[in-house]
Amino acid sequence: MTNHWNDIQHADVIMILGSNAAENHPISFKYVNLAREKRGAKLINVDPRFTRTSATADKYARLRSGTDIVFVGGMINYALQNDRIQKDYVVNYTNAAFLVNPDFKGPADLEGVYSGLSGGKYDKATWSYQLDENGVPKKDTTLTDPNCVFQLLKKHYARYDMETVVKITGGDSKEYEEIYDLYTSTCKPEKSATIMYAMGTTQHTYGSQNVRIFAVLQLLLGNIGVAGGGINALRGESNVQGSTDHAALFHILPGYLQAPKASQQTYQKYLEDSTPETTDPKSVNWWGNYPKYAASLLKAWWRDADPEKSYDYIGKIDDGVNYSTIPIIEKMASGGINGLFCWGQNPAVACPSARLVRRALAKLDWLVAVDLWETETASFWQPEAGVDPSAVKTEVFLLPAASSVEKEGSISNSGRWAQWRWKATEPPGDARDDLYIISELVHRMKHLYAKEGGAFPEPILGLSWEYANSGMDDSAHHPSPRTVAKEINGFFLKDVEIKGTVYKAGQMVPSFAFLQADGSTCSGNWLYCNSVTDTENRLMRRDNSDPTGLGFYHNWAWCWPVNRRVIYNRASVDLNGKPWAKDKPVIWWDSLRKTWLGDVPDGGGAPGAVHPFIMVNHGHGQLFSPGMVDGPFPEHYEPLESQVPNLMSRQQESPVIMRYDKAVQERVCDPMLVEGAAACVFGSPDKDRFPIYCTTYRVTEHWQAGQMTRWLPWLGELVPHMFVEMSEELAKEKRIRNGEVVRVTSIRNQEGILAHVMVTSRIRPFTVNDQTLHQVGMLWHFGYKGRVTGAIANDLTPLVGDANTMIPEYKAFLVNIEKVRR
Amino acid sequence: MNVSRRGFLKLAGGTLAAAGIGASVGVKSAHAKPSKIRYAREIPTVCPYCGVGCGIISHVSNGKVINTEGDPDHPINRGSLCSKGSALFQIPNNDKRLSKVLYRAPGSGQWEVKSWDWALDKIARNIKDARDKGFVRTNAKGQVVNRVENIASLGGASLDNEEVYSLVKFKRALGLVHLEHQARI
Repeated sequence: MTNHWNDIQHADVIMILGSNAAENHPISFKYVNLAREKRGAKLINVDPRFTRTSATADKYARLRSGTDIVFVGGMINYALQNDRIQKDYVVNYTNAAFLVNPDFKGPADLEGVYSGLSGGKYDKATWSYQLDENGVPKKDTTLTDPNCVFQLLKKHYARYDMETVVKITGGDSKEYEEIYDLYTSTCKPEKSATIMYAMGTTQHTYGSQNVRIFAVLQLLLGNIGVAGGGINALRGESNVQGSTDHAALFHILPGYLQAPKASQQTYQKYLEDSTPETTDPKSVNWWGNYPKYAASLLKAWWRDADPEKSYDYIGKIDDGVNYSTIPIIEKMASGGINGLFCWGQNPAVACPSARLVRRALAKLDWLVAVDLWETETASFWQPEAGVDPSAVKTEVFLLPAASSVEKEGSISNSGRWAQWRWKATEPPGDARDDLYIISELVHRMKHLYAKEGGAFPEPILGLSWEYANSGMDDSAHHPSPRTVAKEINGFFLKDVEIKGTVYKAGQMVPSFAFLQADGSTCSGNWLYCNSVTDTENRLMRRDNSDPTGLGFYHNWAWCWPVNRRVIYNRASVDLNGKPWAKDKPVIWWDSLRKTWLGDVPDGGGAPGAVHPFIMVNHGHGQLFSPGMVDGPFPEHYEPLESQVPNLMSRQQESPVIMRYDKAVQERVCDPMLVEGAAACVFGSPDKDRFPIYCTTYRVTEHWQAGQMTRWLPWLGELVPHMFVEMSEELAKEKRIRNGEVVRVTSIRNQEGILAHVMVTSRIRPFTVNDQTLHQVGMLWHFGYKGRVTGAIANDLTPLVGDANTMIPEYKAFLVNIEKVRR
Repeated sequence: MNVSRRGFLKLAGGTLAAAGIGASVGVKSAHAKPSKIRYAREIPTVCPYCGVGCGIISHVSNGKVINTEGDPDHPINRGSLCSKGSALFQIPNNDKRLSKVLYRAPGSGQWEVKSWDWALDKIARNIKDARDKGFVRTNAKGQVVNRVENIASLGGASLDNEEVYSLVKFKRALGLVHLEHQARI
């Protein structure tokens, strides 16, 4: 979230798109409702289904799953045609005025693709700016130059006219017009609107662009950085924000540093490639500090090695190669993985084409699952999984873990608040917390490599692992999360003088501005620097006072970065430091004391001294974003599996998605595994065998892959069955009644899965391109373990992901449904 | 260490008392049994389900969690919880929780109970054997890469920050590149 949960109360309009917040983040509605009660705010919901969120909305409209860019693109077109933009904000704070390379061409010129497409990848050479003699982008602040970002944007979205929009989405033009009018009314400086989104937005082959288009819309309306604005991802796991910050992902290191690439053979080359430069004196270019953060991370991990040396210790990824979850599945299926760890994750239920995943698990030599429960993943070898155990040669370890109330430590919520949880009780029996398990394995690896030697032992032998108890825990040998928290924050490794103050070795680094590039500081994650001081672990703070009345709660826990509750808040004021919205200021300039008041300001200096978007090297919010792999403006493509041609251009699906489904089919010999990677692409005859769109979704009573709810009697009793939800029209056509059992099949699983039918009027057929299209929805919480069990929805989902992130396309794929005769 | 909620309030400054628990007055009844949580310790936690981050209070008596309920002092949820948060009580109090280290030998049809030392030693041995076998010093282009591709790690979103940070540190030190978690799906 750019903002945070309490901040939703300041919105004048709230749009929930790609999320069913009322069902899946129920407490968020405390602030949605507060905005409505106190400000008269209006709630918009757009969704393929009429959900619990829709039921509470002031305006609801439908779209076919996977057409978000069309719906929002239509709104951007409406805003631009009707002058519904916040002009001063757009001119001064976004890159609207930047002049783009005249050789840049977009989908309006090139039938749906951008200049530079070759061999399924873009060469981005033309996605660049015209620079002046100082290397700063040239600007046309009148926004009239045909090569300025604003005019290119206008041309791009002119194609998203209402007639085309509803023809693709299957929505209603009158409803859309009302929503466009209401939402863009927040272009007034004193008004703000927020977007709340979740997996309905991201789980598409163009999911990142679905998010990008929210950013474009919000920048045009001046809604980023302000109270009641922003783009707000409603994250699904209690600490998925923290685990992303700490980089349990192949492509990053903690604090969103880049994972080193093979082409970066030296630390110097890595720093050069990773540290952006600017010649614009008003650009803060925060990533210019990259070497300080990288050196401090390496010192946190290997205290006794120079960063130049310890840089070699981190595995380099090959340039352009993806090592994410879907490629792991492909590699596991083709026998390239010997050992797999699952720390509280249940891929046998949660990953795409889950039946393929379970079969691929049998190719492992060993599997270590760490969990509170016996999961489907840990038990993939059992008869319940449809497997003959004697045929599975995988060794499986199932380690019992401590639950959240049986250990202590912090977790970071969607609003970036890192909050401490104290230990209430002991874990059951032999169960132990994850930190203990990790720590014990580290000590054993160190011991084995010290004793026996082996491949490249230095990174293991030299790994700094001094988390011994600081006297606050109940066990003498237990690694202390409080000590780890100190290392994450970082401390001085020798006495350092900064601006006249001497910081002694061992003192906590006060904030990331004090981190050093020469190895004299360590910090496991620069973003969390400022969370622990010499006197206080701020993650533990419980002062719920709110002196400004704006709901910042600066003394409750701590949030990154530097306790700033609304990021990009420099954009909430005009060039003189006056808040756009006087009744809900985020920061304001005290001209007498020459200081900012309110929230922790983004970037230093007086009003107008710096550009507000300090994390991008030019300092401006990016309407045009050359960083994306699939285009600087979001463009509509169809899901990989679709019944209709792309009516926006001749380019059917995203031209740059990586097809690991094809890779499995090419590299894997086992036909059982190959089946699981099939896709029903547009134009193939298979399309007629699987005519129904399917999406997966959640209910409030269950959670994710289900192991944390299906074992709980209360929750199991509330929703005991796997179901597929379908329209009255489809039920009539198929002669299926509510409660009956059906078989749902996809090209990846032609045996199909069984589910109860829930016939509702919440789902209705769409008319798209004069075709009637049916859509159904399925829960994905079920599996064969737990007090309540049911079929695994992901046995049907495709093995394909977003072009930028590889997040799977769970939200739009093709199935067939038949009644089970008993 | 005393971690009662009142203790935290004291640390945080006395001004909060009126806004917090001081205002919660029970209904009086001549025949009411004493509340089972009356003498229990109150331990604050944050809900382990979605990313809202609601505060929950565990009531602990004789080392057992005897009740969980929404934390009225928490600035996000102000005591409210959804159905999942309300069910937290059934996580520490659940006879289906794993309480033993389990091992399944190749080809076997059942779990065997093992000790931590036995399992951790064997896992460490497996890691070392796989790493030594699969370690990639240079790639096809001859560039030094120092990576391990034949071991993968999934998960971390349900771990605490301090745990997932340590996990990433450990896995990167091994040279793993197949390091992923729930954010990817």
